[in-house]
Amino acid sequence: MPDMIALSHPASGHPQQRQFNPYSENGGTILAISGADFSVIAGDTRQSEGYSIQTRYAPKVFRLTDKAVLAVNGFAADGNMFVKQVRQRLEWYRHAHAKDMPLRAIARLIQTMLYARRFFPYYVYNILGGIEEDGSGAVYSFDPVGSYERESCRAAGAAQSLVQPFLDNQIYFKNQVPQPGHPHPKHLPLTTVIQLVIDSFTSATERHIEVGDGLEMFVVLAKGSPLYGLENIDGVQEMTATNDGERLFVVRRNLKRD
Amino acid sequence: MFRNTYDSDNTVFSPQGRLHQVEYALEAVKQGSAAVGLRSKSHSILLALKRSTGELASYQQKMFRIDDHVGIAIAGLTSDARVLSNFMRQQAMSSKMAFNRPVPVNRLVSAIADKAQVNTQEYGRRPYGVGFLVIGQDQSGPHLYEFSPSGNSYEYYAMSIGARSQSAKTYLEKHYESFADCSLEDLIQHGLHALRETLQQDKDLNVNNTSIGVVGAPSMHEKTTGVSFRILEGEIIQPFLDTMIPKEVPGAAAAPPPAASTDEDVQMAE
Amino acid sequence: MDHFPMQWGRPRNDTFDAYGTYPVAQRTYNGGVDAFSAGVQHTQQPIVTGTSVLAIKYKDGVMMAADNLASYGSLARFKDIQRLHPVGTNTVIGAGGDMSDFQYIQALLDELMIGEFTEQDGHSLGPSEIHEYLSHVMYARRSKMDPLWNALIVGGFKDGKRFLSYVDLLGTTYSASTLATGYGSYIAQPLLRKAVEGNEDTLTEDEAVKILEQSMKVLFYRDARSLNKYQIAKISADGVAISESRSVETNWSFAEGIRGYGAQTQ
Repeated sequence: MPDMIALSHPASGHPQQRQFNPYSENGGTILAISGADFSVIAGDTRQSEGYSIQTRYAPKVFRLTDKAVLAVNGFAADGNMFVKQVRQRLEWYRHAHAKDMPLRAIARLIQTMLYARRFFPYYVYNILGGIEEDGSGAVYSFDPVGSYERESCRAAGAAQSLVQPFLDNQIYFKNQVPQPGHPHPKHLPLTTVIQLVIDSFTSATERHIEVGDGLEMFVVLAKGSPLYGLENIDGVQEMTATNDGERLFVVRRNLKRD
Repeated sequence: MFRNTYDSDNTVFSPQGRLHQVEYALEAVKQGSAAVGLRSKSHSILLALKRSTGELASYQQKMFRIDDHVGIAIAGLTSDARVLSNFMRQQAMSSKMAFNRPVPVNRLVSAIADKAQVNTQEYGRRPYGVGFLVIGQDQSGPHLYEFSPSGNSYEYYAMSIGARSQSAKTYLEKHYESFADCSLEDLIQHGLHALRETLQQDKDLNVNNTSIGVVGAPSMHEKTTGVSFRILEGEIIQPFLDTMIPKEVPGAAAAPPPAASTDEDVQMAE
Repeated sequence: MDHFPMQWGRPRNDTFDAYGTYPVAQRTYNGGVDAFSAGVQHTQQPIVTGTSVLAIKYKDGVMMAADNLASYGSLARFKDIQRLHPVGTNTVIGAGGDMSDFQYIQALLDELMIGEFTEQDGHSLGPSEIHEYLSHVMYARRSKMDPLWNALIVGGFKDGKRFLSYVDLLGTTYSASTLATGYGSYIAQPLLRKAVEGNEDTLTEDEAVKILEQSMKVLFYRDARSLNKYQIAKISADGVAISESRSVETNWSFAEGIRGYGAQTQ
């Protein structure tokens, strides 16, 4: 049960004002990495409040279209409601234009929707991943009130401080000096990225009590891209809805439940 | 067509107890090109004839997607159809929002029928000039409904609306008993045969002038795996057109004359 | 000290009552007044409250339990309140938190179900639809800063499928094969998970009842706002069945005399 917060000191002589706190924090971590022609968006499936695990399976990563996947983390009620709202806007776009909204347009839409609630924010960190119209993999990350930028990788949520430095080192090669004549690669291959994601979550599960139970990892492949051995990965499942466009896969893994 | 005293206001009955404005609205539906709908145990389908104003113009849109499980074909004023289909989309999405349930198709049809009825009774309004065939799939299976500007809606095994739709209806009435157990391919073949009946003598169905709408499991000629409502247009429908059995030799005396002038303005007697 | 009996001998301080479980009888305030303060009143705290609700999935459906007590702070005020409410023929909702808000929710759902029934078209709202609707109501009210102060569990069985989900005053939702609200989420949930997780498809009705009985007993021993008088709801293919009030046998003798308790090893 959420607690109530005292607005003024009880002994100040004024009547004691107690106010309902409309927010909560439900733990968990999300993460997205983009490659040259793919994008990986992942999140754990634990939902908690304080020291209690509410459920071991509450998805935080959602398919929006065949080329866009949205991960939401923070206050679960706000997150779920926000995803519902975004989906409705995308459905209207589909009605009006008979096609799916492009990724960069979804990113701007999300910024507008978040900023519309600037003074009663959705307490959620969003990460949008997918394929742009030019076929490149992309990740957009947002703060709760809509500031956003395109990046190649981003972690958010409870274990952001554990995962992001790891990604900075492994994706952006921060603090790594290249061998002479062997510059750092510009883009990493899909198999490497998937391994990095899995390692990030097993590590975060070890060190953060709010992370664990299950891992849900979406992979979006650009139109005409090869599978890069994705078909051989354990627990992979295709979720593509349309033909001859981007392809969408989900990989589910168990994480430690303690 | 002639004017008479009880024409101008839809709130006034004629001495025969008729609402002329409403009947004229029904005529507007008959001006639109034909649409046919059929239903089997597993599928509901729509077929529509698209008109083009000329070689240089594109073909008009005859079908609209309302939701994953509902679609419509229209005959009559396209602009009125857009207003109503938008309303249906709103209804469908609020059902999805509030209950996470695909709206039951009958309720969607009742909702627009109620809207249409208001326009037949209130002062200063005009009835919608468009008729719909609505197909959809919900908890109780596949459905086909007709909606008309008079505010009526009925469920059918098979139905046709629009210009010369009587000819299609004649075909459907002859064959509808076999529809329930039809495969999707056979159902579409029946639909095409029915739709062909509404064509003028020298015309034929082709990939440009025909739209097919489907809810239910995909046919072997489709690439999709989903069961959602989809509109098939262009080259995709060629395999379906190929299944049609050619008509009897044109010009032969045996060919039946087109059904009695259903596409013309009906003369209304006082 | 003042003439409000509620305050007597009881320090009204956040240190002693951090969770706001005790109803506040506020003294008349004679200072300046915000012109709008009386215009709109929003719920700030629950008044008459129910404690835990428990729910589990089992082989043939879903089973829920809640006691019959509605407390007024620490006072056991109403001892024959039903906190499990059937909605339609496939669903039961159970509520902890403010009982007047719960009764409002009952009225709201009853109205909704009547509207649905009068359509007479063969479509009805099942547990998942009711849960979705409820979560929107709860979220909308929290967003107005005027929450319905409840933690609700929606259990049901429809079209061969079990349904079990939670929603609370913040609009937070989740589902799992065992759920518990309030103190139950600390005390009973671990017991329920141990007994149910992985056995959802094999647990019989009798076993499910035993698990709930055992958990209700532990709750009654440890939760000071609970009552040894509770009901069990069963939702299965046969529809909804809510039991008459029942109780479990308890033992309050000194700890040293109870076998297997405390320092004793025998």
